[in-house]
Amino acid sequence: MIHLNWLLVVSGVLFAISVAGMFINRKNLILLLMCVELLLLAVNFNFVAFSRYLGDINGQIFVFFVLTVAAAESAIGLAILVVLFRERRSINVEDLSTLKG
Amino acid sequence: MLVEILFWIFASILGLSALAMIMVRNPVHSALLLVLCFFTSASIWLLMEAEFLAVVLILVYVGAVMVLFLFVVMMLDITIEEVRARVTRYALLGGVVAGVVVFQLVSVVWTRSLGIDVTTGAQAQPATYSNTAELGKVLYTEYVYPFELAAVLLLIAIVAAISLTMRKRAGLKQQNIGKQVAVRREDRVRIVKVPSHKAAPSAPAPSEPFPSDKGP
Repeated sequence: MIHLNWLLVVSGVLFAISVAGMFINRKNLILLLMCVELLLLAVNFNFVAFSRYLGDINGQIFVFFVLTVAAAESAIGLAILVVLFRERRSINVEDLSTLKG
Repeated sequence: MLVEILFWIFASILGLSALAMIMVRNPVHSALLLVLCFFTSASIWLLMEAEFLAVVLILVYVGAVMVLFLFVVMMLDITIEEVRARVTRYALLGGVVAGVVVFQLVSVVWTRSLGIDVTTGAQAQPATYSNTAELGKVLYTEYVYPFELAAVLLLIAIVAAISLTMRKRAGLKQQNIGKQVAVRREDRVRIVKVPSHKAAPSAPAPSEPFPSDKGP
């Protein structure tokens, strides 16, 4: 039987890897969006694990809604990315400094 | 015992592919490794008897979101040199932050068992148990309002994504419904009076056949 703590540790490691990925790939906007997806996956791991070990189905409902919002977020994010690339010919984060004060 | 062995195999594949995803240079390889991450996560969720969510994860993420990512990566021709030109100055800081996050989470998990009896809720369900039916019962009764909100949210995402990326091209023929509805008879119809017989040859011939029949 899978121990609850193992699941939580795997989820925490996944979360930390995606946070490190945001630091490492901080210039490439596509990789940043992918790291956000991985981060949400790590959070969903916790929801599923606790739902299983508390015998409560509501956690899985939450995962369902998180998946919905993540899909909407990545669709709009990629649309903005495409418009941005058409405008600037670049997806480098450092080229997007128009709003800098 | 078999479940534990499978869990550790899947967990190690998951960790290694996530590490490789943030390390590789090519964004296409990154996207494919993220697909591997989603597949192994779905396998672990199957081991945890969350069958519906495992299938949804593969269908929605691998089937839709990651294909969208791959389309975008391949559509924007980003040169590898541009991606390579990133600084690795922040790699050390990222490693430190990740280490601190792992340390905090693991210490919390191991020192406090959070008051949960980890053995009672985790008994294997009987063979007639349907995870999808259980989820559906709760989703369509208690959570029906959030469910509809989620549907509206997806609709808004569709409209936003299309309206953001739609391009106005010159010379594109399209309908203007408002103008079509607001049109009057006088805009379209012109009454032309055609003489039923030719004029006498003594009269001067008109230069234009019907000069006096302009529309209003």
